[in-house]
Amino acid sequence: MEPKISISLGRLKLKNPVMIASGTFGYAREFSDFFDLKKLGAIVTKTITLRARQGNLPPRTCETPAGMLNSVGLENPGIDAFIREKLPLLAKTGVPIIVSIASEAGWQEFVELARRLDKIKAVAALELNISCPNISRRSIVDSPQATKLLISQDSKATYDLVKTVRKATRKTLITKLSPNVTDIAEIAVAAEAAGSDAVSLINTLTGMSIDAQSRRSKVAAGIAGLSGPAVRPIAVRMVWEAYQKIKIPIIGMGGIIDDLSALEFLIAGATAVSVGTANFVYPRVTIEIIEGVRKYLRRNRIKDIKYLSGSLNL
Amino acid sequence: MGDKLQEEVKILSNQKVGKSYFLLRLASRKISAFASPGQFVQIKVAADNEILLRRPFGIHRVNKNTFDCLYSLVGAGTRHLCRKQPGSRLDVIGPLGNGFNYALTAKRCTLILVAGGMGVAPLVFLAEKLMEGKTPSAKRKVVVLIGAKTKSQILCEREFKKFGCSVKVATDDGSRGFKGKVTDLLNNLLRETRNPKPETRIYACGPRPMLKVISRLSIRYNIPAEISLEEHLACGIGACFGCAVRTRDGFKRVCKEGPVFPAEEIVWNQGG
Ligand SMILES: Cc1cc2nc3c(=O)[nH]c(=O)nc-3n(C[C@H](O)[C@H](O)[C@H](O)COP(=O)(O)OP(=O)(O)OC[C@H]3O[C@@H](n4cnc5c(N)ncnc54)[C@H](O)[C@@H]3O)c2cc1C
Ligand SMILES: Cc1cc2nc3c(=O)[nH]c(=O)nc-3n(C[C@H](O)[C@H](O)[C@H](O)COP(=O)(O)O)c2cc1C
Ligand code: FES
Repeated sequence: MEPKISISLGRLKLKNPVMIASGTFGYAREFSDFFDLKKLGAIVTKTITLRARQGNLPPRTCETPAGMLNSVGLENPGIDAFIREKLPLLAKTGVPIIVSIASEAGWQEFVELARRLDKIKAVAALELNISCPNISRRSIVDSPQATKLLISQDSKATYDLVKTVRKATRKTLITKLSPNVTDIAEIAVAAEAAGSDAVSLINTLTGMSIDAQSRRSKVAAGIAGLSGPAVRPIAVRMVWEAYQKIKIPIIGMGGIIDDLSALEFLIAGATAVSVGTANFVYPRVTIEIIEGVRKYLRRNRIKDIKYLSGSLNL
Repeated sequence: MGDKLQEEVKILSNQKVGKSYFLLRLASRKISAFASPGQFVQIKVAADNEILLRRPFGIHRVNKNTFDCLYSLVGAGTRHLCRKQPGSRLDVIGPLGNGFNYALTAKRCTLILVAGGMGVAPLVFLAEKLMEGKTPSAKRKVVVLIGAKTKSQILCEREFKKFGCSVKVATDDGSRGFKGKVTDLLNNLLRETRNPKPETRIYACGPRPMLKVISRLSIRYNIPAEISLEEHLACGIGACFGCAVRTRDGFKRVCKEGPVFPAEEIVWNQGG
């Protein structure tokens, strides 16, 4: 019998648990040269802001051992152009489109973005990016209570923001968490308590790489976001920690590059997985992961993927 | 649409052709059939993922069912690549990007190719195409200017001559040809080019400072130029927005909208 691999994130049903992580898939059509996009579980879009953003100055990326740093800086055309030009093409893929949103200045922007997207049928869910390391930090936190720099580095700020956005939309709401914290579970609990339907973790870890000859940071922005296989053990650990404290589904990511690494996240407690950096190297990797997970379930006689989630042997 | 851009290709040869230069010949019917000059391929140089990202190389020559890349030894990735043996396979994505616009209509034209260092690699393919399109009645002149630090770093002079191009060389240390920058050589040439000129165009590939000077010359002499830019590519397929270059039209992706751009589009200051 074919194992069941469909999953749910809140009211959103996905035919399989393999998603595209935000910011790693161009406008999606770039990948139609490599595989049939319809096969994906879901696509999370590049993070969209209210106004267009040019992004950071180049160089924006550099390779690091088993990974990379990026400081793309949320380059995006802004919500209006996104809805007008990008969304129709994304919707055509037939795959659930999860729109990632962020604010450049204050919570009101999150609310406004959520309201705008709430009315659009082609939007399957919203992902709140409260964890991007590449956006001017002071500008996003305007809560007097917020003592730390990113919203997702403060459980109270996370709670308040998610609660506020929750009121503005009926869509499935996913909160994307930063690994640059002492206790990821505490933030996950705050997101759950505020009504988030699921959490995504992890966003990139902050990092730096220096060229010794020029004594300059290899990425123009200085500090940038680390991703790829190098971060995987941290990400798996964080999924496991969050899994023990929350009931809502976890979308696990960070360094997934094949079926075995995707299985690590599922076993640690993730309901679904997202693939980011690996798309750059192996554009067909998501399809191979879907096949690999299916085979694993079959071989191990697991009837439904839900029995795999959190099945870590202790 | 399937997997048309990614394939495992066989290495036919991978030879040392200079002090730290290698010529890689790969078997691919698809890439040889569809590639155009200025396009590139993304090669997975190491099978494990310690060296994670692919490495971009321009398409240097195309033959029936094969294509070549000419590369220099730079760091860990190219060191891996130069050890690959003929007969083994490489995971390659390509052809990628937008190449040079070489479809010319004018009967009389002068085409100036400017290569700085490894910039010769894609220009050999371009020169071949430009000479191929030459009909007996057309007066098409292809001049190639090659710049290098020193004599031993001048590549492909013979290939260009074989196609019938006229070749001029500049070295920083004067060990061959003109002593100085290849852009000075270009400036001299443009100054001498008599009015009214037949249609003249510049095609260039090389380090950023060279391309910047060429853009200025292109404006000063009112001669259109196409330049091939380099940026660090994380994906090479338009997915990451990491290879941004500042243009008059906002940021564009070197790997997707480029690597070849009309020179006047590029905004050179502010690191962009
Ligand atoms: C569109 C394009 C076409 C190219 N064509 C050629 C070619 O035909 N022949 C050739 O010899 N070289 C070419 N290059 C440059 C070549 O990609 C680099 O020399 C190579 O990636 C160096 O890898 P490495 O691991 O040996 O060096 P390292 O310095 O160890 O590489 C570290 C990282 O920096 C990147 N990097 C280093 N130098 C460059 C560079 N100059 N441009 C872009 N990324 C770089 C690498 O890809 C890698 O991600 C091209 C680059 C681009 C963008
Ligand atoms: C080039 C690049 C751009 C990214 N852009 C975004 C973004 O816009 N929004 C976001 O929430 N995460 C962004 N991320 C983070 C990824 O979605 C993902 O959380 C992270 O890279 C870890 O997964 P990975 O190791 O599979 O890449 C980006 C990552 C990369 C490498
Ligand atoms: S290298 Fe990723 S978009 Fe160009």
